[in-house]
Parts: sequence; C-alpha cells; structure tokens
Amino acid sequence: MAVVTSTVGELPRRQSTGALVWKRFRHNRAAMIALGFIVLQVLIALFANLIAPYDPIKGIYLDTYQFPSSKHLLGTDDLGRDVLSRIIFGARISYGIGILSQFILVLIGVPIGALSGLIGGWFDYMVMRLIDVLSSLPMIMFYILLLIALRGGFGNMILTMALTGWIGVARLVRGQVLSLKQTDYVRAARAMGGNTRHIFLTHLVRNSLTPVIVSMALGVPGAMFAEAGLSFLGLGIAPPEPSWGQMIGIYQTYIQSFWHLSVFPAIVLALTMFAWIALGEGLQKALDPSMRS
Amino acid sequence: MLRYITLRLAGLIGVLLAVSALTFFLMHAIPGGPFDAQALAQNKVLPTEVITQLNIKYGLDKPLVEQYLTFMLNAVRLDFGYSFTSQTRTVTQIIADQWPYSIQLGLLTLVFSMIIGLGLGLGAAIKQGTWLDYLGTTVSIFCMVMPGFVFAILLQFVFAVRLHWLPTGGWDKPATWVLPVLANSLAPILTLQRFTKSSMVDAMRANYVRTARAKGLSEQRVMLIHVLKNALSPVITVGGPMAASLVIGSFFIEKIFQIPGIGFYWVNAIQTRDYPMIMASTLIWTALITITYLLTDLAYALIDPRVAFVKES
Repeated sequence: MAVVTSTVGELPRRQSTGALVWKRFRHNRAAMIALGFIVLQVLIALFANLIAPYDPIKGIYLDTYQFPSSKHLLGTDDLGRDVLSRIIFGARISYGIGILSQFILVLIGVPIGALSGLIGGWFDYMVMRLIDVLSSLPMIMFYILLLIALRGGFGNMILTMALTGWIGVARLVRGQVLSLKQTDYVRAARAMGGNTRHIFLTHLVRNSLTPVIVSMALGVPGAMFAEAGLSFLGLGIAPPEPSWGQMIGIYQTYIQSFWHLSVFPAIVLALTMFAWIALGEGLQKALDPSMRS
Repeated sequence: MLRYITLRLAGLIGVLLAVSALTFFLMHAIPGGPFDAQALAQNKVLPTEVITQLNIKYGLDKPLVEQYLTFMLNAVRLDFGYSFTSQTRTVTQIIADQWPYSIQLGLLTLVFSMIIGLGLGLGAAIKQGTWLDYLGTTVSIFCMVMPGFVFAILLQFVFAVRLHWLPTGGWDKPATWVLPVLANSLAPILTLQRFTKSSMVDAMRANYVRTARAKGLSEQRVMLIHVLKNALSPVITVGGPMAASLVIGSFFIEKIFQIPGIGFYWVNAIQTRDYPMIMASTLIWTALITITYLLTDLAYALIDPRVAFVKES
C-alpha cells in the first residue's frame, strides 16, 4: 500500500496495517504462546498419518485396556487402539470443523448482513425478523434437532454450525455497515460520484472486516466446543472415526477403572480451547488500538 | 404498558408456533420411524406388520399436517400423549417426575454462582488493582476457556475417582450435589462476574456518585445507597434468563453425573426418536425462556424508572 521513495527519506516510513497489527500482537506473550501451540497442532493435524505411532482405527487386540506405558504413551482403549494416535487424528476433526465452519458462516453471514444494512427497507425488515425468531430458540436444542435431521457426520456438522452461526456475523456486519454509511469518507465517496457497488465493495465491506476477523477467531473455539459437545452426546462424529468429544463421551463411563481413556482427550480439548481464546483476544487487542490500555 | 404486554404475548405465541412447527417437521424429516430406532437399539428387526400396527396405534399413519394439528390441540391442554419408550407413563408424568431434579441442580447452581460471581465482581470493582481484582480476572478466564463438560470429567476424576472425597454420580445426598453444581457454574459465574464488575465501575464513575460524595455522605452510604442500588439493577437482566436456562437442565452435566433430570431424558428421547417427549420438552423450554425474557423486561422497568417502552410499534 505504502510506496516510499528515497527522496522523502526524512519522513517516517509508513507501515502497512498488517505490519502494525503484527507488531502489537507480538508483544502479547500469552497470544504468542497460543499461536505457537495452534501452529503446532495444525501441523500435527496435517501430518497426522506420519506422526501417529499407530493406526487410529484398527486396534491391536492383544493390547486392549493398556494404561499409559512407553509402548503406548497414553494407553489403549477397549479395542486396543492407541489413545495418542486417536487424539492426533481427532485434531483433524476438531480443526477441520472449527476453521471450515467459520469460513462458511462468514460466506453466508457477511453478504446477508451487508445487504441488509445497505438496502434497508423490506429486505432488512425480513432479515431482522428471521434473526429474531432464530435467536429466540434455545441454540443447543436447535443444533441437536438439525443435526439429527441431517444425521451427523463431518460435513453435516459444519453445515449445522454455519446455518445457525451466520446470525451473529450478519448482525455484526449490518451494524457496521449502518454506522459506516454515515461516515464522512463514505459520503465523500458518494459525492464524488462513486456508485453503490464501488462504495459497497471498497469502503463498506473492507472497513467492516476487522470485527469479522475477530469474531471468526473467537468462533473457532466455539465451533470446536460444539463439535466436542455434540460428539460427546453421540450425535456428531460416529465411531470408529476419532473425535475428542466422542472419546470423552464414550469412555466417560469407564472413568472409575480406565480413566486415561477420557481424561487425556479432555485435557487436550481444554488446552486447545484455551489457546484459541487467547489467540482471539490477542488478535482483538492488536486489531483494535482503542482497546489497548 | 398493557399494549406492550399484549404485543409481547402475541409474539410469544408466534415463537411457540414457529418452534413447534420447526421441531415437528425436522423430527419427521429424519428417515426411519421411532420403532426402527427402538428395534435397532435391541439389535432386532420388527416385522413390517408390527410396525404398521404400532404406527396406527400412535397415529403415525395419518398425514403429517393432521398429526401436527392433533398434537397441538392436545398440547394446549398440556396433554402430550404417551412417550413411545415408556408403556406406563405419559409424557406429562415423565416431565413432572424428572424435572424437579433439573430444577434442583439449576437452582443450586444459580445460588452458588450468584455468591461467587457477584462477590468476585463487587470485590474487583471496589478494590481495583488488588489481589481480589486479579482473583476475579483469573476465575473468569478459567470459566471462559474451560468447557463445562470437560471440567466435569476432570473434577470427577480428581475428587471422586482418585481422592475418593465425593461420590462419582447420583443425586440422592448432598455430597453428590457438589461436583455437578461446581461443573455447571462455569458459564454463570463468568457472566455474573464480568457484568457485575463493569456495571459497578460504570456506576462508581457516575455524576450522582460524585455529587453524593461532594455533599459529604459517608463512603459506606455512597456505596450502599448510590452505587450498589444502581449497579445491581442491570444484573437482573442477565439473572432472569440465566435462571431460566439453568432450570431447564443440562444435557452434559446430567449425563456425566447420572442425574435423572429432564436433560438426561431429552438426550435419550432424541436417540430413540421419542417424538412426543421431544416436542413437549422443546415447547416447555421455549415457553419458559421467552416468558422469562418478558418478565425480566417488565421487572427491569419497575426497578429502573428511566426505562420506558418507547419502541412499542
């Protein structure tokens, strides 16, 4: 964006927004640790087949119900499957659903919210009434009903979360567009003869992206939590495919005897949630200078 | 005011109709009927004739719209029919028998999180920058990042399985209440702590507080009469809906700690495709939550004279 020529060397160098944000983010130690942890987990998820010591689905029947040992670091389950390997492959589900669902709900929510704020009138009225009705439902119940109707599974969980989650983003973008419409630079652009499409794309959408990015980053742990919760209830990812929530749900009843089957996935899930929320909060502080204390 | 209440009640009926229709058609959109699911759970296949007979008995052979209308006409009189999975109890009976467990869990959680959440919020606002403030922040961060059901399992593991201090589940004696209430309180504590703190900080900065100090009132009187009273009335707006969402029970906590509440039954009903049970609990919950919102708004208007129902149209 900034073009700096050597002839104006005495002027302070202009920094791009990205560089400024990164500079602020870097000083937030908790957020940096969280970022490192998340990058590590993403790599583990991507290369799960190379890293996992055992097959996550085919068990070794001679090794059932092993407690943690040097052979199986986190033990094995009732079918002799290595718990560590299942947790590693479970990261794919958790991250896949967490991240993909956010992109899809943004693709639904941003256009609806932006158009609603821009056009106003009957379209805005209809959208807002739809949002009112949807947000008066108890969300978890709606999730569950929709998911059962769609019969669970990876893709359907993403769809469920996108179908229910776009409301928040749409409301956010609508509010942004409504307030940006009144700003001087949008009026100036209009006065200079910019047509609606130009103003919409260059000024309104671009300037309302910051809160959308923050809501996406904070939405990832929300979706991961929803996946874990639904799989915990036996409605999400069906065995033998591993998911953290599902492992916790199935083996929770064994907690008196084989505690390692549910406690390890629970710890991993808690750490992951912690990292994502720290990342989201760090991003929020870095993107919004007014929030800095 | 009367006009406002009438409008809100009409809206409530609209929401209930929408929710009932949505739930009904979503449930029926799923391939397979309730008796397939039941037979599958017992590893057997029912003969087609038996399924036809069962469908006729429960009225499942009629057109969907007719089934829906029949259900709704009976539901108005709180008659939700027989549960498909229980031969002896009607849905209304099951709800009447099981809901008290959820209500007890919810109310205990509410009281506990009110004490902790309000206490930490007030402490953090009055003694800003002290250990009390940091304790509040730490607790609220913990409540934010720890999923309730994960915390439940970790608590169960540490205090019941390893240390044997408390039982792993059940609801028959006070010792069994400790862990479920603790695990259930994370979200309410977070909301209450944050809300109380910010509401208090706002009130302490208000002009009327400065005036009260300027006219020489004692610190105690300023805090009790001017700050607390004004800061705590907004807390009611979160407290009402929170109480409603707590007494409808928790799917996770009730499952983990084997509490026979309504959340536990709802999950079972979902898995066995027990239509009447699902419809009844979904409707009752929605009604409860929407009515609570209405009551909260009204209570807020009574407490805070600045609130007026301007947007009536």
